[in-house]
Amino acid sequence: MRGKLDLDPVVVRKARSLARQAGRPIVNLARKHTTVSVERATLRLAGLQGADADGIPWVNRLLDAVRGDVGLEHGVALPVWDALVRGEADDLAVLAQKASAGSVRFRLPEGRDLTRARAAAARQVGAGVKRIDARRRERDRLVKRHGDPAQQPWIYLIVATGDIYEDIPQAQQAAREGADVIAVIRSTGQSLLDYVPEGATREGFAGTYATQENFRLMRAALDESSKELGRYVRLTNYASGLCMPEIAALAGLERLDMMLNDSMYGILFRDINPIRTFVDQRFSRQVHARAGIIINTGEDNYLTTADAVEAAHTVTVSQLLNEYFAKEAGLEDWQLGLGHAFEINPDLPDSFRMELAHALLARELFPKAPLKWMPPTRHMTGDVFRGYLLDAFFNLSGTLTGQGILLVGMMTEAVVTPWLSDRDLALQNVRYVLNAAGNLHEDFVPRPDGYIVQRANQVLAESIDLLEKIIAHEGKHGLLEAIADGTFGLMRRPADAGRGLDGVAVKAPGYLNPATDILEARS
Amino acid sequence: MSIVRPYGDTTGDGMVQVSFTLPLPHSKVAEGAAAQLAHKMGIDPALVVHAKAMGPDFTFFVVYGRVNHLVDTDKVDVVERDYPLLTPKEVNAAIKSALRRRLTVVGGCIGTDAHTVGIDAILNIKGFAGEKGLEYYRELKVVNLGAQVSVPQLVARAREERADAILVSQVVTQRDAHLHNTKEMSAAFREAYPSDKRPLLIVGGPRFDERMAGELGVDRVFVRGTTPGEVASYLTHMLVTNRKKVPA
Repeated sequence: MRGKLDLDPVVVRKARSLARQAGRPIVNLARKHTTVSVERATLRLAGLQGADADGIPWVNRLLDAVRGDVGLEHGVALPVWDALVRGEADDLAVLAQKASAGSVRFRLPEGRDLTRARAAAARQVGAGVKRIDARRRERDRLVKRHGDPAQQPWIYLIVATGDIYEDIPQAQQAAREGADVIAVIRSTGQSLLDYVPEGATREGFAGTYATQENFRLMRAALDESSKELGRYVRLTNYASGLCMPEIAALAGLERLDMMLNDSMYGILFRDINPIRTFVDQRFSRQVHARAGIIINTGEDNYLTTADAVEAAHTVTVSQLLNEYFAKEAGLEDWQLGLGHAFEINPDLPDSFRMELAHALLARELFPKAPLKWMPPTRHMTGDVFRGYLLDAFFNLSGTLTGQGILLVGMMTEAVVTPWLSDRDLALQNVRYVLNAAGNLHEDFVPRPDGYIVQRANQVLAESIDLLEKIIAHEGKHGLLEAIADGTFGLMRRPADAGRGLDGVAVKAPGYLNPATDILEARS
Repeated sequence: MSIVRPYGDTTGDGMVQVSFTLPLPHSKVAEGAAAQLAHKMGIDPALVVHAKAMGPDFTFFVVYGRVNHLVDTDKVDVVERDYPLLTPKEVNAAIKSALRRRLTVVGGCIGTDAHTVGIDAILNIKGFAGEKGLEYYRELKVVNLGAQVSVPQLVARAREERADAILVSQVVTQRDAHLHNTKEMSAAFREAYPSDKRPLLIVGGPRFDERMAGELGVDRVFVRGTTPGEVASYLTHMLVTNRKKVPA
């Protein structure tokens, strides 16, 4: 079947093959490096939790001590489990305390010591991965018991008060009113923290901190809601920023269902070092793959900085790259919530037609992926009445083009954080449009060679041009150089700059990470 | 005409429309409460045209009615913006043609303040309120030092980068930390630079008062809700369009 846009399968294959060519050198680069956050995630999988009196997590304390003694490049596993096997401490928590007090010296074990340390590390980290497996089976069971949402797209709603105990009743109320997916937005600035805060938190800035305890509390609350409502209500958070591998591990351990996880967002929009990001990305995606988590990519962000018509193809290119990186890390099609957004200037003629063309292009290019459809933000002016109308058109395009996950737009976007009534009105808007349009998508078949078909094919052609340009870029890692040159979102991000660079190391011979070994051993 | 009242469909009818939520289950009492609230707001008669339950505990209302208040426009007191608001394109063009180099902005949170939300909203390309941050401007070179920058670090980096302007964000206000930190910062810059070479000093945060610039020793104070576009326009006004008038 050639679909509604009559995309040429040869061209589509070419686009995928170019994305693979652009992505492969990055994967090779990622394999050769490790980061502080990857190593801390490994410790978290092994069960190390909690923080010291200053609120610095024990995983940070322990890793810093290991790094001080033997460096980062061998990985944290061998020196840590060597110390445990030697009897320096009974468990990881005590070892972390002793290490931060300076009373343990770490070394690189050799010979039989190495064999024993490796086995002990594999056992304990493996137990963490098994816990993630168990949480995944638990989700499968609950989805079977309570059921999936009756309609497509799934309705995705954000809560963000800063206080987890305020978020919980809001999230439960949103679920009652029809939300299928609840996202707890993170506090501004968390992406730049090089540690994951601990415990239940009641103070955040325009969002609530992502912590293991907050994850646990919200998941438990939504389990109650799922039971009450007879459908499984999913929970989303953000595996992005400097700690994305750790957050991914915590999400797996606490049975979160979706995670925002984009291959380049941190580089472009948070000025995080590109190598740090790609290494952290790969590990976090491997964890998500294992945990059965659906990732949501961040292409919508390109359109908040660049023009949604001129830059439409950068969205497609990013989707293709995200797909390649995701599959390489073991994610399956049903886990790829590739993003895009309704951000074309509504004053342009045919703006809605173009939105339909772009949305349909994503749909047909990635037929099995549950696409994430993001509402207008850039052209929400504070005129809430006009915003409400725009959101209705956004909803209509979502149902017409078969989007998988619809982030509910708020008419008060850019005015206030959503009020109770804003959310209620927004959900009424969604319900009306989905109900009124019904199965209209069956009848919506753009005219062959009409405006929509032509526009979609044009964007695909521009995407191929851009991918070819990236690959032709000078240097070993075309994509890395392209990012340095400002190809995406107009930002120049050289590989030797950006935040978190000091947390990156080239792996030494004999580097060991039992988590990576287990995650890569599947298949 | 200096006396005005709202206009519905006839001059002087005073008609307004408001909507709000009350934490009450939908009932006659709730509707009565909505009408009474509207009365107290000066809406008379108040017509509760729509009431809808939102879950078991809340009701949403839309009220139309006539207000009896008058406004004398001669007595409206506003602080006018004293620089023109420019688009990113205009800012870039102005800098490019007048300076022939990029304008350098160094920013950060000083003291122990770890809240980069303000500085990031202004500097990061992601921006704020639908406007892109200063990083988005081609002709602005942005150095964001992030959180917990010491004043000497800030001065050193400003020199190294030959900064044209310094942007400091302060969120934490415990024991007036934001005021002390800002004064320390402005004093350090005055000491480190001859008065005609000093970069433009700008401070921002939710608890500052716009009128305090002089007292704090900075050139400008920005308050809650300031957008990157306003800051960029101000920079352009002070450093490009109006360059000679930079205060000592």
